[in-house]
Amino acid sequence: MDEAEEALVRMEGIEKHFAGVHALKDCRFELLAGEVHGLVGENGAGKSTLMKVLTGVYRPNAGIIRIDGRDVQLSDPKAAQALGIGMIHQELNLAPDLTVAQNIFIGREPRRGFGLFLDDKTMNERTRELLAGMNLDIDPRSQVAGLTVAKQQMVEIVKAISLDSKVLIMDEPTAALSDAEIEELFVVIERLRGQGVGIVYISHRMAELQRICDRITVMRDGQYMDTVKIGEVTVDRIIAMMVGRELYQADKSAHAGAHADIVLEVKGLRRGRALRNIDLQLRRGEILGIAGLVGAGRTELARAIFGADPIDGGELYIRGRRIAIRSPHQAVLHGVGYLSEDRKQYGCLLDMDVKTNVAIASMPRYAQAGWMKDAEIERRASLVVDQLRVKTPSIHQPIKFLSGGNQQKAIIGKWLTRDCDILIFDEPTRGIDIGAKGEIYKLLDQLAAEGKSIIMISSELPEILRLSHRILVMCEGRITGELTNDGSVTQESIMHYATRRIG
Amino acid sequence: MKDTALVTQGGKRAPVIPPGLLQQVLAFGSLIVLVLVFSLASGNFFQFSNIVGILLSTAVIGVLALGSTFVIITGGIDLSVGTVMTLSAVMTGVFITFWGLPVPLGLLGGILTGALCGMVSGVAIAKMKIPPFIATLAMMMIAKGLALVISGTKPIYFTDHPAFGEIALGSLLASLIPGFAIPNAVLVFFAVAIIGAIVLSRTIIGRYNLAIGSNEEATRLSGVNVTFWKIVIYTMTGLFTGLAGILMASRLNSAQPALGMGYELEAIAAVVIGGTSLSGGKGTIVGTVIGALIMSVLTNGLRILSVPQEWQTVVVGFVIVLAVYADILRRRKHAA
Repeated sequence: MDEAEEALVRMEGIEKHFAGVHALKDCRFELLAGEVHGLVGENGAGKSTLMKVLTGVYRPNAGIIRIDGRDVQLSDPKAAQALGIGMIHQELNLAPDLTVAQNIFIGREPRRGFGLFLDDKTMNERTRELLAGMNLDIDPRSQVAGLTVAKQQMVEIVKAISLDSKVLIMDEPTAALSDAEIEELFVVIERLRGQGVGIVYISHRMAELQRICDRITVMRDGQYMDTVKIGEVTVDRIIAMMVGRELYQADKSAHAGAHADIVLEVKGLRRGRALRNIDLQLRRGEILGIAGLVGAGRTELARAIFGADPIDGGELYIRGRRIAIRSPHQAVLHGVGYLSEDRKQYGCLLDMDVKTNVAIASMPRYAQAGWMKDAEIERRASLVVDQLRVKTPSIHQPIKFLSGGNQQKAIIGKWLTRDCDILIFDEPTRGIDIGAKGEIYKLLDQLAAEGKSIIMISSELPEILRLSHRILVMCEGRITGELTNDGSVTQESIMHYATRRIG
Repeated sequence: MKDTALVTQGGKRAPVIPPGLLQQVLAFGSLIVLVLVFSLASGNFFQFSNIVGILLSTAVIGVLALGSTFVIITGGIDLSVGTVMTLSAVMTGVFITFWGLPVPLGLLGGILTGALCGMVSGVAIAKMKIPPFIATLAMMMIAKGLALVISGTKPIYFTDHPAFGEIALGSLLASLIPGFAIPNAVLVFFAVAIIGAIVLSRTIIGRYNLAIGSNEEATRLSGVNVTFWKIVIYTMTGLFTGLAGILMASRLNSAQPALGMGYELEAIAAVVIGGTSLSGGKGTIVGTVIGALIMSVLTNGLRILSVPQEWQTVVVGFVIVLAVYADILRRRKHAA
C-alpha cells in the first residue's frame, strides 16, 4: 500500500458519544480503491458504530472523514449514498413480493408516457444488463421471495452497484450462506475489486477474512487497535488483538463413550421435502453434532423433534418410551429444550427482564394457585446468572440490553431451570463474539459432562469438530453420514457427506 | 438495525426510568393539567357532583377498557366488546324479567354471556388462527344481531326489579359515610381496576399475557401452551365486558339492544391513551384507568365550556394522536 496513493476513504480521530457512553475513541480507518478490507472486533467493539458514521447514520462528535481526498460531512444516509457509499446489511432490505428488477429500481423506476406509467420493459432490460455485468444468472422478473438468501444478497449488491457505489460495506455477508454460495459471493467480490470498488468486509470468520481480504483493521472496546496486512499476521494474533485473551480449548478424550443409555431415538421422521426418513439416536452425556449446508434440513429436524412444526410421519422415543410430540408444550413436558439460531425472534422475550426470560419455561412451578412467587423466581435467576456467569447489571435488566453471548447463556439457564435434559442447540454461537464463544463451548462441555444430552447444529465445521462426540451429516433432508469424532474426522470428510446428494 | 442495538453498542445500559412508567407519569400529568385547566375555566367543573358525574360516566367505558387492556397487551384486539356488552345486558334482562330468575343469578348469567363470547373469539383466534381483527369483527356483528333477535329489537325494562337499578346508581358508600354519595358503579370500576392490576402483575395469567405480547413465538417455543392461554385471556376480557353490560343496564334500568356499537373504539382509545402499545407486550392497568378518566374529563369539561358535542369528538381524536405521538417521540429519544 503506497503512502502516496490517495485513499478512497480515510477516517481519522473519530469520536462518538452516546448519552455518556464513549462508543468510539479516536478511531481511524482507511480503505483503498480495489481493496477488500476486513473489519473485525467483538460485538460491541464499535465496528457497526464506525460504519454507521461512514454511512451517515450517526454524526461523529469529532473527527475527519475524507472521501477521495476531499473532506466531507456525512449529515445523513442520503449524503453518504450520494458520495458512493453503500451498505449491505446482514438483514437484507428487499421487498419480498416485488421482482428483482423492481427491487433494484425501487424509488427510481424508469417511466414512460409523460412519467405516468412505469416502463417495465426498460427496467427489466437494464436489470438484465446489470446482472450480466456481474455474471449472475437471475431472471429480473422473478420474485425476490422465491430466491435463495444468497441470490437475494447478490440482488442487494447489484442494487448498490447500480447506485454507483464505490465503497461497499458488507456486514457478515456469509452468515446465512452455504459454502458453495460463499464461493459465489467471493467471485462477485473479486469482480468488484477488479472494478476498483473498495469493500469493507465485517466478519467473525477468520478463514474467510484470510482468503478474501487484503488488510484487516481490528477494533476493541470502541478503540482502533491496528491495521495489518493479511499474510503478515497469524489468526491467533488477530484474535488476541480482538479479545486480549486466550481461547478455550476442549478436550474430547473424556467422553464416556458409546455405551451410555439412549435417551432420544428418532425413527423414519418425515416432513415434505425437508426431512426424508430420518433416523437418529442420542445418548446420555453426548454431544451429537449435526453438520450440513444451509437448506440441508438441520433446523427443520430440530423443530420437528421439538414439535414446533407438524410432521408427516415418524416415531419418537424418549428413554425408550414411544411418545407423540405435537407441540413445543409437549416436548418440554418430556424434558426437551430447543435453542433457536435466531435468539431475537425465537429465543428471547426481548422487552422482558432476565429473570422472566429464565423463568418463562417453568412458570407453573413458580405459581401457587395462579399466584406468582416472584421471590423464588428472583432467587433462581440470581443463581443462573452466577453459575452461568451471565454478565448483566441485574436480573431486572431487560434482556435486549445484554450481548448475544449473555442472552444465549440466559436462554440456556431457561432450559436448565426447566430441568430439560435433552437440549437442541441450533447454531449456538451465531452472532456471538469470539471471547464469549469459548465460554459457550465450555458450558456445552460441562452440560454434557453432567449428563445432559445435546444435539448441536452448526454451520461452522471447526465448532462441530471441537465439540461433538459424534457427527451426523445432512444433505437435502437426509442423513448422509455418521462419523465418530475420534480425531480422524476432517472438515473435508464432513463436506464429502454434506454434498452427497441422493436422487 | 433495530433501535435496541444502538444502546447495546454503547455500553449495554438500560434507561434509568422504565419507559412504561414514564408514559404513566406523563398520562397522569396530562390528567392533572386537564382538571386544573377546566377548574380554572369554569367554577362548575370542580364540584363534588360534577366529579361524581365524571366518575360515573367513566365506569362503563372504564370497565370495557380494563378488559380490552389484556387482549391489547397480547398484541391482539377485541372489536366486539361494545356489542357483546349489549348482548350481556340483554341476556341479563332475559334471565331476570322473562325467565324470572333471581337478580344475582341473572347478573351471573349476564357476566357469563360476556365470558362465553370472549371464549368463542379466543378459540377462533388461538385455535383457528383467524386474525383477531377479523374474528372479533365477526363477533361484533354476531353479538349485535343476537341482541336484536333475542330482545325482539325492543328495550327490556327492569321496572319490576327496583333493586336492579341500585346496582350501579345506589351508593353503598353513602350508607357507611353519610353524604359521601359515590355511586356503586364507580366503586365497581375501581374494584375491577385493582383486581385487573393484580391479575396482570401478580398472577401467571398476567405473566403469560405480557410474554405472549412481547414475543408470541418465543413464548410458544418455551413450551408455554399459548393457544390455551390466549383463549383464557379473551375469555377474561369477555368477563369484564359482561360486567360492563350489567353496569350499563343497571344505569339505564333497561337493556337497550341498539346501543353498544362504537363503545369498543372508545375503550381502545382509553387503553392507548394510557400507554398500552397496540403491538403488544407493554401496558398497565393504571394507565388504562388514567386513559379512561382523561377521556371523560375531556368530554365533561368541554361540555361545561359549552363546546358542541360534535367538536368534543374532534378534540378526543386529536388527543389520541397526541398521546400516541408523545409515546413514539419518547421511544425514539430513548433509542437514539
